[in-house]
Amino acid sequence: MIKAILIFNNHGKPRLSKFYQPYSEDTQQQIIRETFHLVSKRDENVCNFLEGGLLIGGSDNKLIYRHYATLYFVFCVDSSESELGILDLIQVFVETLDKCFENVCELDLIFHVDKVHNILAEMVMGGMVLETNMNEIVTQIDAQNKLEKSELYLQHLWGSRKEGGRTKTSLLQAGLAGAPARAVSAVKNMNLPEIPRNINIGDISIKVPNLPSFK
Amino acid sequence: MALKMVKGSIDRMFDKNLQDLVRGIRNHKEDEAKYISQCIDEIKQELKQDNIAVKANAVCKLTYLQMLGYDISWAAFNIIEVMSASKFTFKRIGYLAASQSFHEGTDVIMLTTNQIRKDLSSPSQYDTGVALTGLSCFVTPDLARDLANDIMTLMSHTKPYIRKKAVLIMYKVFLKYPESLRPAFPRLKEKLEDPDPGVQSAAVNVICELARRNPKNYLSLAPLFFKLMTSSTNNWVLIKIIKLFGALTPLEPRLGKKLIEPLTNLIHSTSAMSLLYECVNTVIAVLISLSSGMPNHSASIQLCVQKLRILIEDSDQNLKYLGLLAMSKILKTHPKSVQSHKDLILQCLDDKDESIRLRALDLLYGMVSKKNLMEIVKKLMTHVDKAEGTTYRDELLTKIIDICSQSNYQYITNFEWYISILVELTRLEGTRHGHLIAAQMLDVAIRVKAIRKFAVSQMSALLDSAHLLASSTQRNGICEVLYAAAWICGEFSEHLQEPHHTLEAMLRPKVTTLPGHIQAVYVQNVVKLYASILQQKEQAGEAEGAQAVTQLMVDRLPQFVQSADLEVQERASCILQLVKHIQKLQAKDVPVAEEVSALFAGELNPVAPKAQKKVPVPEGLDLDAWINEPLSDSESEDERPRAVFHEEEQRRPKPRPSEADEEELARRREARKQEQANNPFYIKSSPSPQKRYQDAPGVEHIPVVQIDLSVPLKVPGLPMSDQYVKLEEERRHRQKLEKDRRRKKRKEKEKKGKRRHSSLPTESDEDIAPAQQVDIITEEMPENALPSDEDDKDPNDPYRALDIDLDKPLADSEKLPIQKHRNAETSKSPEKDVPVVEKKSKKPKKKEKKHKEKERDKEKKKEKEKKEELSVNAVTAPKDEYEDAKTEARGEEDDAEGQDQDKKSPKHKKKKHKKEKEERIKGKKKSKKQPPGSEEAAGEPVQNGAPEEEQLPPESSYSLLAENSYVKMTCDIRGSLQEDSQVTVAIVLENRSSSILKGMELSVLDSLNARMARPQGSSVHDGVPVPFQLPPGVSNEAQYVFTIQSIVTAQKLKGTLSFIAKNDEGATHEKLDFRLHFSCSSYLITTPCYSDAFAKLLESGDLSMSSVKVDGIRMSFQNLLAKICFHHHFSVVERVDSCASMYSRSIQGHHVCLLVKKGGDSVSVDGKCSDSTLLSSLLEEMKATLAKC
Repeated sequence: MIKAILIFNNHGKPRLSKFYQPYSEDTQQQIIRETFHLVSKRDENVCNFLEGGLLIGGSDNKLIYRHYATLYFVFCVDSSESELGILDLIQVFVETLDKCFENVCELDLIFHVDKVHNILAEMVMGGMVLETNMNEIVTQIDAQNKLEKSELYLQHLWGSRKEGGRTKTSLLQAGLAGAPARAVSAVKNMNLPEIPRNINIGDISIKVPNLPSFK
Repeated sequence: MALKMVKGSIDRMFDKNLQDLVRGIRNHKEDEAKYISQCIDEIKQELKQDNIAVKANAVCKLTYLQMLGYDISWAAFNIIEVMSASKFTFKRIGYLAASQSFHEGTDVIMLTTNQIRKDLSSPSQYDTGVALTGLSCFVTPDLARDLANDIMTLMSHTKPYIRKKAVLIMYKVFLKYPESLRPAFPRLKEKLEDPDPGVQSAAVNVICELARRNPKNYLSLAPLFFKLMTSSTNNWVLIKIIKLFGALTPLEPRLGKKLIEPLTNLIHSTSAMSLLYECVNTVIAVLISLSSGMPNHSASIQLCVQKLRILIEDSDQNLKYLGLLAMSKILKTHPKSVQSHKDLILQCLDDKDESIRLRALDLLYGMVSKKNLMEIVKKLMTHVDKAEGTTYRDELLTKIIDICSQSNYQYITNFEWYISILVELTRLEGTRHGHLIAAQMLDVAIRVKAIRKFAVSQMSALLDSAHLLASSTQRNGICEVLYAAAWICGEFSEHLQEPHHTLEAMLRPKVTTLPGHIQAVYVQNVVKLYASILQQKEQAGEAEGAQAVTQLMVDRLPQFVQSADLEVQERASCILQLVKHIQKLQAKDVPVAEEVSALFAGELNPVAPKAQKKVPVPEGLDLDAWINEPLSDSESEDERPRAVFHEEEQRRPKPRPSEADEEELARRREARKQEQANNPFYIKSSPSPQKRYQDAPGVEHIPVVQIDLSVPLKVPGLPMSDQYVKLEEERRHRQKLEKDRRRKKRKEKEKKGKRRHSSLPTESDEDIAPAQQVDIITEEMPENALPSDEDDKDPNDPYRALDIDLDKPLADSEKLPIQKHRNAETSKSPEKDVPVVEKKSKKPKKKEKKHKEKERDKEKKKEKEKKEELSVNAVTAPKDEYEDAKTEARGEEDDAEGQDQDKKSPKHKKKKHKKEKEERIKGKKKSKKQPPGSEEAAGEPVQNGAPEEEQLPPESSYSLLAENSYVKMTCDIRGSLQEDSQVTVAIVLENRSSSILKGMELSVLDSLNARMARPQGSSVHDGVPVPFQLPPGVSNEAQYVFTIQSIVTAQKLKGTLSFIAKNDEGATHEKLDFRLHFSCSSYLITTPCYSDAFAKLLESGDLSMSSVKVDGIRMSFQNLLAKICFHHHFSVVERVDSCASMYSRSIQGHHVCLLVKKGGDSVSVDGKCSDSTLLSSLLEEMKATLAKC
């Protein structure tokens, strides 16, 4: 089970928090702070697993995180999840975000946290992994967006306005370029060239052409 | 005016959306809180609007604020309003907000039930999806109970998108409403073979989560998972399954044997690291469970260790970490294979990554032996000195203590060395684990008698340097050590070299700066010390000396009397008075030493940590009445190894003042420790600013606590414990060459005479004799201690509720509750108490219900009808997965509904178009009932069997066994996959008389081939008791296991049921004879088979063939197949027009393949089977069945 999914930036500002166990708002903030504290002091070239903090349940739990450019993606999971599998899931998540937002960057997450939630909901449900096939996720999200557009004719609640003037730094590109060591390790996990990633999620034949960011 | 208002509201609508809010917060960095509270006020205004779009926008903003830590529970009702919006866009916002902020305590959550139900049955898959997603986050026991049925229906939805979500959420439902597990399980199992990989993966996910907590209930699924494992290509699913097998193998070693080969293949073939890693993990689990009796064992271990070494040596830190993690699992059972990689692990201790260092430390724990303990601890000690950051240093400290104290100090050969290590550890600045060291000191000093003298000398030195400890380390835990030191010096004061000196050290003014509980121990032990000094002096006739000591006490004790700590104050004033009294007596030259030391006479024995719990309750003692305040549960926290019960030392320790105090303090300390451990807000102490010794260039320069002792061979510059390493080496060397002359020479060097060398010459390194007489005193247990291993179980474990036997047939009372109309409830007749699900049993009731309702309330009829249809939808029987893959679930539900309508009396047939479907429907319905073992078949006890309508095949697999005026026996025979050659006979006994039936016994005459499994110790001729009594009109089921040797022919066993029928007139002894018929079909187990595997089987040519033909069959082919499936436990592999291939498997593993063809009135059955006799018996049985059609 996944206990919580947190995204925060290099300064510990939360960008998304999803708890699959009930906590009070104060505890949630404390967990975010503590997790940030644990994760942020780690070097770039150490392992991506952390024995869980004190707040988020017990010895069975682990923090598994990845650091992309300005953002930390942290999954808190228990022992029933495969560590390397979750690492890949984070990668799928980020790549999905990248597809949905077209070169995702922190600003996208800041202004469209609801959309990020919706994307996440197609991947993880109630703490269990629902879908790992990026194509499938994107298809569902697109269909929902279409439905939404047909519904909304008057209000433009959903950000047709642009965040003016800022240049976007893509998380994926910056993440990989910024940390070459990490990229190497990620690629090794994925066992290129035979299988695009170490979890060969879903159908291989659909999967392969699906990784534009790694070309 | 009105226009202006409208305009205003539209303005507000555009006033601020989520993006504006975020931007605003970013622009108000200085006064963020103020800005947000302003925004919340605006949001409150927006929520008051009637426009749902405005409300949704407001809720969307609230969700964002929730992430920033603002409580939004006040808006719960508004969130529900938005959830019930008709537009998906708003609905999604509402559900997202709910999933982020609702929890079990949210009181309005019960208002959502109907809304969610409506959304679940919405025609739009995204409405349903969003409701499922939301529900997964805030499901409560009430919601789970009310919606379980709706969700179960969705598990067979046409859209895989909904199916997978419904399957996943079932896990949450099970957790909150465990009663739903059994009724839902058959369908969940079915989903394991869903054509959609996403749904399949979800089902695997859920079952893995369930099985992880209660693996034994899922053993029966092992074959299915095994098949999935060998056929699946989805790594995600594979990993889950492999992890599941890891949990199952400890319970079923045979499974492990089967697994080894495919797993080894996967290890060799896979290129995915994650899969490789999980395979290795499970192989390890298998090996652990097999730990004996596997010849090619070592090859597998070698493979694992070798693969793990590759991982550990990898430059990727993640793999290194995982490699170490898995290695520690191997270590537990096969320490030898890991020990050869000691170099690698020690190397990891130097890794820059703390996670990796910690993992390496874990490994060290299991790698120690008597031989290398000192060496490893020495290495760790150097790490302690080098370590940065208190967390890691504390971890090292606990590890050192763990390693040394493990399994009752098994690996320690020299306790002097260990004491010196502990003393060295006290030099650690800023550690939180002073109490740990103290506990070790106390434990060793008490339990190893031979070490007491040495321990006392070390402790007195510690006390002497107390000023150092007290001044700099008061705030952190190391001063706890003084607690142990003071107590040891006091308790074992007879070993002190210079008791007077120690006494003075303990009475220093500095002592008063120590924490209260330590001072209290000081005060108490000062008296013990005083008593022993007094005795010495008096025996030596030094009256002045004795008086001088008394004077010292009288002078110094007042400083404790002034203590702010109650405990210290009380003890000190008490003792001061005592000493003053002694002083008076001394002045009169009265000898007092005897009396004073009598205060502390008696031996202390260690008590096992769980001793208190194990005291049996004496008869007549009311434990519910409080005598004192309840004790805390801290004992269970204690991880000290449990001692073996020791006969000689069973007497309870005498309560003595000092001990009571000890216990009190220890308990408090324990409680504090536990509180810290349980308190999520407790944050470890931050790194100490000063690290005194860190700057020192090397280990050699660490200032050693000045100890003036009889320690021999003081190598200048070396820390104490290192001397022991050298000494120990020498000692072992000497032991080996006992006859050598050099031994004598060295012994001379060794000035310390007290060392007791084992005189046994030992050649083997493993049997190194300890230097001390290691008489570890076993801890005391109370008399008649209750043996119990229940200590570790947590009664509050939420997963315990899910420990449910899933193979038992489903009882009526277990069916999921179905939402019923209120009217129906008011017209409830007694038999309707049970929620009705089964169609058969429902039929008459439904009529009744309908009828009453009609009379009662005609207006509500339409609505009611709708409800009932819904409930019928919900109970659609589990479908045959092979057929229904293509069929649309929606359509089927309609069918079911139609069918139901059809079954009702004609006046209720309203929808005419349904009638047309009738024929088709019936065929379908029957086919749906195919899978035996599903809730439908198994859960249908015969007593519910109302007369059948002609068209329907009998549903019950229970057949009549025997009956008389008292009792009716029906039975069902099922094979079990777990046990070869065993079948379970479920006998339902129904009391038809007005008497109570009791003392029922079943005696069966065994044949050579079939034997009943009886309780151990009972003979073949004894009856087996039926485990219940039957009041009039009640029926119940008993299960018996039979072992069958050969299953190729059918056979019959004679048996008798004897019982006592008791009514008002009296009791009579009665008997009922019966014949158990084990048909060959009852040895078959419905096993699904894919057509490709089926084809392969037929091609293999290993099967013998036979066929039968039956004429004059009027039944439709569909029904025919259903009959064969139901009665003979087959499953349909493939069906083309009026021709079908079927498959089944016997409990002994015979494959049976059938080709059933229908042409006109005749049906031919061609069979292939690995045993020809079995096949012909089966075909005969089938012929009989078909002839009845």
